[in-house]
Amino acid sequence: MSFPWAKQYTPSHPFMQWMDEKLPIPRLVYNAVGGGYEVPRNLNYFWNFGFLAGLCLVLQIVTGVIMAMHYAANTAVAFDTIEQTMRDVNWGWLMRYAHANGASAFFVVIYIHIFRGFFYGSYKAPREMVWLLGVVIFLLMMATAFMGYVLPWGQMSFWGAKVITGLFSAIPFIGEPLQQWLLGGFAPDNAALNRFFSLHFLLPFVILGVVILHIWALHIPGSSNPTGVEVKSESDTVPFYPYYVAKDGWAIGAFAILFCAAVFFFPNYLGHPDNYIPANPMSTPAHIVPEWYFWPFYAILRAFTQDFLFIPAKLMGVLAMFGAIIVWFFLPWLDKSPVRSGAYRPLYRKFFWILVLDMLVLFKCGGAPAAEPYVMISQLAALYYFAHFLIIIPIVSAIEKPDPLPFSITEAVLGADEEAKLAPAAAPEA
Amino acid sequence: MARILSILVGLFFTVALAWSFGVGFYTWATEPPAPTAEHEFHIKPEEFHFASDGPFGKFDRQQLQRGFQVYKEVCSVCHALRHVAFRDLAALGYNEAEVKAIAKGFQVPVYNPATGEVATREGAATDYFPPVVYGGQGSPPDLSLIAKAREEGPQYVRSLLNGYRDQPAELLKQFPDSKTPDGLHYNPYFANLNLAMPPPLTADGQVTYSDGTKATKEQMATDVAAFLIWTAEPKLEKRKQTGWAVLGFLLFATVLGYMSYRNIWAGKKH
Repeated sequence: MSFPWAKQYTPSHPFMQWMDEKLPIPRLVYNAVGGGYEVPRNLNYFWNFGFLAGLCLVLQIVTGVIMAMHYAANTAVAFDTIEQTMRDVNWGWLMRYAHANGASAFFVVIYIHIFRGFFYGSYKAPREMVWLLGVVIFLLMMATAFMGYVLPWGQMSFWGAKVITGLFSAIPFIGEPLQQWLLGGFAPDNAALNRFFSLHFLLPFVILGVVILHIWALHIPGSSNPTGVEVKSESDTVPFYPYYVAKDGWAIGAFAILFCAAVFFFPNYLGHPDNYIPANPMSTPAHIVPEWYFWPFYAILRAFTQDFLFIPAKLMGVLAMFGAIIVWFFLPWLDKSPVRSGAYRPLYRKFFWILVLDMLVLFKCGGAPAAEPYVMISQLAALYYFAHFLIIIPIVSAIEKPDPLPFSITEAVLGADEEAKLAPAAAPEA
Repeated sequence: MARILSILVGLFFTVALAWSFGVGFYTWATEPPAPTAEHEFHIKPEEFHFASDGPFGKFDRQQLQRGFQVYKEVCSVCHALRHVAFRDLAALGYNEAEVKAIAKGFQVPVYNPATGEVATREGAATDYFPPVVYGGQGSPPDLSLIAKAREEGPQYVRSLLNGYRDQPAELLKQFPDSKTPDGLHYNPYFANLNLAMPPPLTADGQVTYSDGTKATKEQMATDVAAFLIWTAEPKLEKRKQTGWAVLGFLLFATVLGYMSYRNIWAGKKH
């Protein structure tokens, strides 16, 4: 779908006309990210992060495919092949550092993208499907990143794999056999490393497929915007090309500067030193921690220290860790407020910022050793996390009195007087 | 209906967490966790700035050669360097003949598949540093990546090498059970305080530097730490130099991108 005033693709060159008849890919591109896609004019910089996330995915696939050319998924040599890539492959160190830091950059971007969605109510009708597919992408990213971290077969690779696959053993009755089946053994070993490599190569392309669906689903209602008021007339929108191509273009530059500063000057800052020690099943590291982007969820996992209603603490932790993300699937139906944007929801806005703070506390606790006072702090923080989504949001959306909304995007941008001059004809309702 | 269901699920998780918190808090308040010797007496590595640190850092090749000498004469008795090949030493400023001579000084194992025996031969420039057969207490780690495999690795190596001392009386008073076991050596820079490695640097002048630098214990520790930065990250200089070129280009491209963004949006309020 597109708005009635959107420009139509009209190829002038005979070859492009021929192409448009046989396989209209140029038309698809034109309507998806070209002059044919009308976008609200008032998007702020938080709306650049979707594009940046796509860029990160491409970066990860390109560097990853090159890394795979020099890697061997065998426990005897995996660690050494990575080191050889770093030392003897031309620009191998760059591919490796770009890939490792690229995963971090991807998660930074995606967390901002998700929290943009929380604040501006991007998950609400008519964009529920965009949101649901986004959560699927996030889950796939987590699986991909986890398996990728195992591949260098360092100490944290091995022990991280052991801890995370050990979670499956918490499932009643089928847990132990399930864990052994997933690993192809009793502990992570060659069988596990091989299948992790295979899946780590496959899943990014699955992500790519879901990203295409995510963008497709987005293009049906069109992009949301910071006021949360839907597009009403032509003056509300600008064509994606050239307006947002230019804006995304310079945002890519700013992102690339930060990313390259990390890759070239602090490439190991976000990594764990123990992963430069080859995996040793006989020697357990003092503190087993996952990569930083899992810390909030790792803190939730470890927060459950007591059995509850005959449910073992470990199983509670596993349920809660996955539940913490599964709950996002229900968000469009938990938040009943008809107002989308947090900018017009005074009460919701306060809880949103508490959630941001809460996630940072969980992040800190997840990276810390499992000792007091971190466990107690993470218990309180996890308590707020679940209360926020399952109790506070439904209640707030019922009792809150939102601020008055602007009539239209144009009014929000130009003021009511200018808008009246612009739109003599009645705006068509979407 | 959905709202009630959601609140019930929310209560399930929050009450479970409150219960965990309550029990944890009670335990913590009634039996506070006992301090440990490792926690109280472990110290962070001494701060030190190496020539290769910082975005403009470069290796000091004289220092790397001195560090290599310390590795060869002291550390290599127990510690291997398996990710480094002799040919790599050219990066330290040795010429081809010198590299070959260094390689010749090492015996590398040759496996004979016909007899199953392992013989040795003189090393060649293409060989990697050979494995070290070690029969003593503990397991000396390979040193190739040690500078990246420890928190603040280079500073840690430098501090650890001269960090040996007598166990403080205060420690024994607080933790009478934590006396350093026989065969181990007290070193507060080591994570659990007691280290199997005996003090490797025993006296000033233990090695004789050919460039005239005075081989104090501190100098030797610093030099070998610098050498191990290189073994862990031989492409460090190229990485930083490339980084500046890349950042320069990106800055230029981003300024152009920003200007075209301003130009395209000029007159369009948003």
